[in-house]
Amino acid sequence: MSVLVVTEQQAGKWHKMSWEALAAGQQIAAALSAEVSVAVLGSNRTASGIDALAQELAGNQVSRVLTVEHELLGRYTPDGYSSALRQVVEKVAPRLVLFPHTYQVRDFGPKLATSMGRPFLSDAIAVRVEEGELVFVRQLFQGKMNADVSLAGDPPYFASIQSGAFRPDSLKKAETAAGIENVAVSVEAGEIRTKPGEWFRESKGEVDLTSAEIIVSVGRGIKDPENIPLAEELAKALGGEIAASRPICDNGWLPLERQVGSSGQSVSPKLYLALGISGAIQHVVGMKGSKTIAAINQDASAPIFEIADYGIVGNLFEVVPALTEAVKRAKEE
Amino acid sequence: MNIFVCLKQVPARDSVIRLDEAGSWIEESDLSHEMNEPDAFALEEGLRLKEKHGGEVVAVSAGPARAGSAIREALAKGADRGILIEDDRFSAADTLATARALAAALQKESCGLILTGLQSDDAGFGQTGVILAELLGLPHATIIMEVNAQEGIMEVNAQEGAISVKRELEAGWFQNVEITLPALLTIQSGINKLRYATLMGIKRAKNKPLQRYSLDELGVELTTSQVIRRLYKPQKTKETQFLEGSPQEAAAKLAEKLKFEARVL
Repeated sequence: MSVLVVTEQQAGKWHKMSWEALAAGQQIAAALSAEVSVAVLGSNRTASGIDALAQELAGNQVSRVLTVEHELLGRYTPDGYSSALRQVVEKVAPRLVLFPHTYQVRDFGPKLATSMGRPFLSDAIAVRVEEGELVFVRQLFQGKMNADVSLAGDPPYFASIQSGAFRPDSLKKAETAAGIENVAVSVEAGEIRTKPGEWFRESKGEVDLTSAEIIVSVGRGIKDPENIPLAEELAKALGGEIAASRPICDNGWLPLERQVGSSGQSVSPKLYLALGISGAIQHVVGMKGSKTIAAINQDASAPIFEIADYGIVGNLFEVVPALTEAVKRAKEE
Repeated sequence: MNIFVCLKQVPARDSVIRLDEAGSWIEESDLSHEMNEPDAFALEEGLRLKEKHGGEVVAVSAGPARAGSAIREALAKGADRGILIEDDRFSAADTLATARALAAALQKESCGLILTGLQSDDAGFGQTGVILAELLGLPHATIIMEVNAQEGIMEVNAQEGAISVKRELEAGWFQNVEITLPALLTIQSGINKLRYATLMGIKRAKNKPLQRYSLDELGVELTTSQVIRRLYKPQKTKETQFLEGSPQEAAAKLAEKLKFEARVL
């Protein structure tokens, strides 16, 4: 009963969460005393084939690398990926199929599992083995609760791993390269009911928050666009950039390119100052690598305080102006 | 063409979430609930499509009896009718179980387009729409930021139509996808500006039809296979230093910490 890790690549470039999923697969397989295999999907008819990617995977401690190659897998579609992977899972018969929790996996993972009559456990932040049984930890209620979840029924089990849950540098490298096997799949053009277009970007990417040393970030607690200047003045006093959680950018209060989180930029500044941000996982994955995190929030039980070094529970409309003045004074001294 | 919007009622955003006595679920008795925000965006998109292209908007929910108020809200905003699959166990049901119930109700209907929010604010699986599409044998596209339907799309036979949607990808990337109808889309928050229900709308909603089903009537068994063994407050990964006092005092303390401990000033 093995563990199968499904990686993600786009035009020959790895999605970096693939390495975290593979690290998770190695560790879970070890706990289960099982083998781990790793799969890469794509087409060799495109310039960026998958052979080089498979070679790279083979350098890791895995029992084998599976290439799933088909001309209809060159560009991702949920129908194509789900159909091909179902055939792979049926052939390999793993106990656990692990994915990185990417947007793409969110798009086809639950479909694949459903097509096999199985649940899909998404967004695990930890996985452990208790008396031979897999126990996954996931967040509920916007990070206010954690749940230990097990999957009823027979394998295969399907699960995706949240960004940052397993460290890519914990990957075990192989002493001798693993074997590479092609798994033949049949995919018909008629099965694919969506026509995917080219990827494109809208903003010019002029704001690079990733290089900012200090970030002042606002969330729903700012309440009104008229209050944004309060945060901007603090950012100016600190010499930092202004950023926001998703709802602020959705409302158009700050441009989308200033968004931090799973759908925005991932940052790791020296100081991340969160104003009125509750700390939902979609935001936290984009900033938890920050060296120092300070949070100001009215709600003492907000999940942001689980990762904050410094916290002030209070009304940010009073605290922020006071902090701006205090920062100016502290810099002058 | 009929547009079905699947929506969930979730604990209100600022709720204090407490464990129940058994420690296996949350204490729900003292919570207030509201329409899941991503689903509100899906409803708004459905209403806008109807206003542009005609058709009917049907609000669908699977939940305890209280979820009827979320459907009433949708009716007040402009949905034409509602469907509620009522069972108390939906609160803690997994996505496959919920989607099976929704699929059973929707199989009785002729669906052109099914919309859902991309995820719920409580369980946050982000799966129900995708699973529902698979169960109904429909194509889907997720995290949609724009729906472009050609003029007249709502009148043509749904089997022949296709629409173009803009999917949000990671890190600021997007992609247009053409998808054949009938189809299911999961809608990203922020795709549109939400409307408020008008007084007239609230009045009219009272006379709009709301079909209620029990699971028995749909012939569905609610089997949750993602079993919650234990629910608990997350452990802190850092020891937070809480800075207390008046706003001025707390701010001064934080500035001092930032200067002398974190050394960022």
